[in-house]
Amino acid sequence: MEFILQPLTLMTFFPLLGVLVLLFIPGDKKNALRWTALIASLITFLISIWVLTMFNASNPDLQLVAKYNWITVAGWNIQYYLGIDGLSILLVLLTTFLSPISILSTWTAVEERVKEFLLFFLLLEVGMTGVFLAQDLFLFYIFWEFTLVPMYFLIGIWGGPRRIYAALKFFLYTMAGSILMLLAILWLGIYQGTFSVPDLIAKGGIDPHTQLWLFIAFAAAFAIKVPMWPLHSWLPDAHVEAPTAGSVILAGVLLKMGTYGFLRFNLTLFPQAAVQAAPVIAVLAVIGIIYGAAVSYAQADIKKLVAYSSVSHLGFVMLGLFALNPQGIQGGILQMINHGLSTGALFLLVGMIYEQTHTREFKVYGGLWKVTPIFGTIFLIVSLSSMGLPGLNGFVGEFTILLGAFGSTVLNSPWYAGFAALGVIMAAVYILYMFQKMFMGPEGSIVEEVRKHGHALRDLNWREIVTIVPLLIFIFWIGLYPAPFFHLMAPSVDKLTAAFQAAALAMR
Amino acid sequence: MTTETLIWLIPLPPILAFFLIVLFTNRNKALSHTIAVGAAFLSWLGGMIVFARAIGAPELGREPFASSINWIPTADTWLKIGVLIDPLSAAVLFFVAWTVLMIFLYSVGYHNFGQPKGDHDIAGLPPHGATIEEHGHKHTVPSIEPMYSRFFAFISLFAFGMFTLVVSDNLLTLFVGWEIMGLCSYLLIGFWYGKESARNAAIKAFMTTRIGDVFMLLGIVFIYSATGSLSYHDIFQPQVLHTLASVPTPIFGLSAAGLIGLLLFIGTIGKSAQFPLHVWLPDAMEGPTPVSAMIHAATMVSAGVYMVIRMFPLISLDPHTMTVIAVIGSFTALFAATIAVAQNDIKRVLAYSTISQLGYMIAALGVGAYVAAAFHLITHAFFKALLFLGSGSVIHGMEHGVLHTGDHNVDPQNMFNMGGLRKKMPITFWTFLIGGFALSGFPLLTAGFWSKDEIFTEAFGSGHIVVFVVLALAAFLTAFYTMRQITLTFLGKPRTPAAEHAQETRWTMTVPLIVLSVFAIGYGWVGIPEDFLGLHLNPSWFHEFVGSTLAVMPEAVPFSWIVLGTSLVVALGGLFFGWLVYRNVQSAAEDKLQIPVLKNKYYFDEIYDFLFVKPSYWFAETFVSQWMDKGLIDGILHLFGKVTTGIGSAVRNYVDLLIINRTVGDGTAHITQWAGRNLRPIQSGRIQQYMLASLIILLAIAGLLFYVLVRV
Repeated sequence: MEFILQPLTLMTFFPLLGVLVLLFIPGDKKNALRWTALIASLITFLISIWVLTMFNASNPDLQLVAKYNWITVAGWNIQYYLGIDGLSILLVLLTTFLSPISILSTWTAVEERVKEFLLFFLLLEVGMTGVFLAQDLFLFYIFWEFTLVPMYFLIGIWGGPRRIYAALKFFLYTMAGSILMLLAILWLGIYQGTFSVPDLIAKGGIDPHTQLWLFIAFAAAFAIKVPMWPLHSWLPDAHVEAPTAGSVILAGVLLKMGTYGFLRFNLTLFPQAAVQAAPVIAVLAVIGIIYGAAVSYAQADIKKLVAYSSVSHLGFVMLGLFALNPQGIQGGILQMINHGLSTGALFLLVGMIYEQTHTREFKVYGGLWKVTPIFGTIFLIVSLSSMGLPGLNGFVGEFTILLGAFGSTVLNSPWYAGFAALGVIMAAVYILYMFQKMFMGPEGSIVEEVRKHGHALRDLNWREIVTIVPLLIFIFWIGLYPAPFFHLMAPSVDKLTAAFQAAALAMR
Repeated sequence: MTTETLIWLIPLPPILAFFLIVLFTNRNKALSHTIAVGAAFLSWLGGMIVFARAIGAPELGREPFASSINWIPTADTWLKIGVLIDPLSAAVLFFVAWTVLMIFLYSVGYHNFGQPKGDHDIAGLPPHGATIEEHGHKHTVPSIEPMYSRFFAFISLFAFGMFTLVVSDNLLTLFVGWEIMGLCSYLLIGFWYGKESARNAAIKAFMTTRIGDVFMLLGIVFIYSATGSLSYHDIFQPQVLHTLASVPTPIFGLSAAGLIGLLLFIGTIGKSAQFPLHVWLPDAMEGPTPVSAMIHAATMVSAGVYMVIRMFPLISLDPHTMTVIAVIGSFTALFAATIAVAQNDIKRVLAYSTISQLGYMIAALGVGAYVAAAFHLITHAFFKALLFLGSGSVIHGMEHGVLHTGDHNVDPQNMFNMGGLRKKMPITFWTFLIGGFALSGFPLLTAGFWSKDEIFTEAFGSGHIVVFVVLALAAFLTAFYTMRQITLTFLGKPRTPAAEHAQETRWTMTVPLIVLSVFAIGYGWVGIPEDFLGLHLNPSWFHEFVGSTLAVMPEAVPFSWIVLGTSLVVALGGLFFGWLVYRNVQSAAEDKLQIPVLKNKYYFDEIYDFLFVKPSYWFAETFVSQWMDKGLIDGILHLFGKVTTGIGSAVRNYVDLLIINRTVGDGTAHITQWAGRNLRPIQSGRIQQYMLASLIILLAIAGLLFYVLVRV
């Protein structure tokens, strides 16, 4: 009982209770199933709020720790070790926040095998929360791989026409990366004698050469997940084929597992290697920003455009993290949240229209603003947030990242920020292009097409508005007054960057 | 209420109006415009109170009204945002509040409030008119704009952006306002989004200005890394400025201050439509006319100039940057004036004249004439708002005529279709005449004369003779095309039946014209130089007030008869020739100045399309998307798959079949075959096979690595 009542444990595994209840509800009682899953994820969200109230923002260390010996064999000590700090709190909240929203979005979109869908979804939530909380590498790895399975099925069963291809590509690609990480984890366990991240940090003392190898092994897993250029090609396929809720979670949370991994493990465990690798990663990040933006523009499919824009946005996150200074990292973390909100919202919106039209080809759309004004207005706000309009969330993240990249002593060149800024211009091009194609001009053929089937294209209904409005609130809140969000992460980030200064000094 | 609190409140009413209209009142047109105009009025009221307190405050330059809050935490401190009213922003606030309120009021009439719904009007297109029955016979009258409420929502947001920008005490919130206006220009230029030209113009405006904005953003980031602050107060500390001026950068041998100045100035080139980023402004005419007035006078382009004036203490540190600014400004002034001469659309003439006049302000800044630039910014805002609203009134009158005659082939914006409107639309005529004379710099009476004269004096007095000559030439052209416009539009006889049936517009449109024309004359008198004509007048109030913003009050340049003479000759000469040449011209064919290169704006649109737009699309669509993403990256992935399946089948053919089958026996092969058959259904496509194969290979490599690592 003591074990389960710890806040972090409770928060992580609460969705399992939902799973348990779901098992006892007959598969044809679809609404009962939906309500159960929704309530389970809402309670999980409430627990995360409770965690937030207990979280002391001025303490840079791990808090609310739950720590038990788990597998102790011959000098190996694998622990059940959960903890939360400024690096992870926002991401945990993002996860518990997006989950009920995603479930709400499936209300009418998923009609087949509802029970299984919701089951996988709640399992996925367990995995994701665990990833952000685990402080033992072994435990982390288990959660990390665990998330693959439900996502694989979500894409593979409820996805679009090429779902099997996309699901396999997603699975194998990420698996391939993880294996190198597993090796590095084992190396650390064997040679450092512990899997616990704080212990490993305290112990330190890995020589720079080995650090670099370990860094690369971890980076392989995370870079594919982010995805960093040129390892991104699984992402558009997975997104296009995934059902809406899957896309939301994939873009909103799963990709952040990659950037979070860099932050939590690569930066803390191998600080010297991180300093060495920073210029390379920053170059890849900047290429990703420009590349993702350029490819986005060329897409004929709305969802694919949004998917490629993720490559661009996450390039910004990576650039911020590897500026290795407080502004860059804080901006990077905030931008993870921003991307989760904005891109999550975009996928939701695309899903809402897709549900009615069953197509995502730009060429059949047009003039929707007149037909569906509420939808158009919300779509515009979210698009603008995605392209970094000041006053909305995206700008705050991008601006802080640019500040970080420009002032970074590790990168030591203004050109990173300069080229990244080019991405800001290009973002405007593809976003406005998307908005114009869909909402302006003469009515697209799809409007008539839908009318032929007996009912006109309708605007958002109340459920859909309830789904999207929470995201809008945060889009404005972060854009107008981001201080509370920075406040949560600042001490932990400062502690992390202090470690870098030590590492940089040690290298001299 | 303290002045500081009041300043915080100034931008709020319009943004509240925006949300109220969007969320609640968009179905009720009367309520929507009441909210919007009411909000503009509240901001105006707040602005006037603040302005009154500002001119009453002793030493406002040294102790401005200021207040700030924490916004983003940085390493050891906070990035603060706040408000500031010093003499410069007080003066700018004054004209913004007035012009915004007038434009809002005017919009009510412009969008035909009170008129019936159109017969075939649809959202996204301008209203086409409604048929009504009166006294037993049918006739067509103007119809109300279908997206009336939306217009007021957007324009409120626009006003919010400008007020935010003006009251900001730092570059960050200035940039926020700056970008919000960029968005609004997009939304409002593309307001009639059913028209393709409007959509394209909207995107063009947003993209062109955003190119400038990104450079400006980099400049802001640079300032922050160099000084650790974005507030004007911190940046303008003498020791900070000194450091910025002395730190070298690797680019063009500029100092840090010079590079920052240049980056910020590129932002202004975009926003204030200076050469070479001027191409968006004339196309912005696609929006409704009140929007043109917003963009050209009250808000957007003024914001660009305001920013340079604001950052003058920093920008003026590096002489190289100042030279660039002076060259761009004076070149733009002349260049745009030559184009304006050959335009026939009443609004396009004004659009190019805006570009040209902004060039004056920029050139003034380039020669160091801080106060003169601010003065011209304000007088120009008044008379240009007046001219745009006046042209809108003319177009409205013409549209009335077009509807009346039913001849829809007559373009109500083409000046050659007008003529003789002074009798049909007297209020519009007289106010337009005042605006036009102010723009031309008609001596003594108009505000434009005093502000332009001050720029001439400064350019001449500081020894920038080339700038002076170029600006004087441009001034001649300005007076010339202005008189051409007035002559073609209002004088002579109506050239079409539509012009014959033109009608004066309603009071919501004419009252703003009258109010603005008061300022187009009167505002000049606050800046009459002390030694004008060698007399000893009172010191120029404007110079004393705005000049005190700077740490060191700028010296007034002494009066010069040469300058005054030039000023008089170009203004009166231009007006005279404009009238002389065009008083009898009946059609475009008789116009000798319809030179193709001018008419086509020196082909800049075509050149940019060829040099930048098309290559960018090619880069995105063909190079990156087709070649890199589909070709190279997926190609490598597929190649990887092919190689592994190749190895697989080689193993099968040469090892399995030859060695195992022959020597070990068929057992293994049977199992493999059996497994292959049964696994086939799972592998429905080819990529999976590749991926599976690559996974196996990765596992093998991983095993090898593990072995090596463990041994190390």
